[in-house]
Amino acid sequence: MSLTRAERTIIVSMWSKISTQADAIGTETLERLFSCYPQAKTYFPHFDLHSGSAQLRAHGSKVVAAVGDAVKSIDNVAIALSKLSELHAYVLRVDPVNFKFLSHCLLVTLASHFPADFTADAHAAWDKFLSIVSGVLTEKYR
Amino acid sequence: MLTAEEKTSVTALFGKVKVDEVGGEALGRLLVVYPWTQRFFEHFGDLSTADAVMGNPQVKAHGKKVLESFSDGLKHLDDLKGAFAKLSELHCDKLHVDPENFRLLGNVLVVVLARRFGGEFTPELQASFQKVVTGVANALAHRYH
Repeated sequence: MSLTRAERTIIVSMWSKISTQADAIGTETLERLFSCYPQAKTYFPHFDLHSGSAQLRAHGSKVVAAVGDAVKSIDNVAIALSKLSELHAYVLRVDPVNFKFLSHCLLVTLASHFPADFTADAHAAWDKFLSIVSGVLTEKYR
Repeated sequence: MLTAEEKTSVTALFGKVKVDEVGGEALGRLLVVYPWTQRFFEHFGDLSTADAVMGNPQVKAHGKKVLESFSDGLKHLDDLKGAFAKLSELHCDKLHVDPENFRLLGNVLVVVLARRFGGEFTPELQASFQKVVTGVANALAHRYH
């Protein structure tokens, strides 16, 4: 599965808007993840996960920054996220189902913040892109 | 499954939903984002582009039907399995729909609600709706054999 040129254009152009609210988007995505999929919290016993927590904000920023890195290297996500892929495979070992949950929550956050931009085509492009990112992050698992 | 508070907030938000529009948008997006779901709708005519799908009158009509059914289900949050028993049998025996599609549609519906309600669709409200769409999907799968 790879992105068409049209899909790449949609993602890159939306990203320039998204990046102006990157931290808020990241934080909200994680809040949605932990509200809707409490099992995701099992990976963060060391975090204060309450809304507004500094750790949540910091981690949200990190996650969105990584998505941004993937967008900037949209033609080669595997290379851009290679270190992160190793981290998830050998250290974090987050069960792959959680990438689906996180991706869904990011889509929900984007839809809520960018209703006009989040057309059916954009929805498809982002779902596909996040699926690719998730695949890269789990490709070294075994 | 849902607390009394959650039932109230879900019902309140859904009361504001334009069932015919949201149904059409959700079904349309399902067919665009997950094109393999078009396998059930080959008789719907032009589904070749996102614009064609989203503007397709049969998609809109069927989306409305689906969401009206979902709406009815919301009145029976304490017994979704009972409420959707007949539809479950229909989807298994006559329509031959893989229940995975109910999960996909449920999540697309959540995205559509987020798009239409923006900030009002808080993480807590989303969590409640996720429980509802999961409950409905499970109810629709319950009679499969």
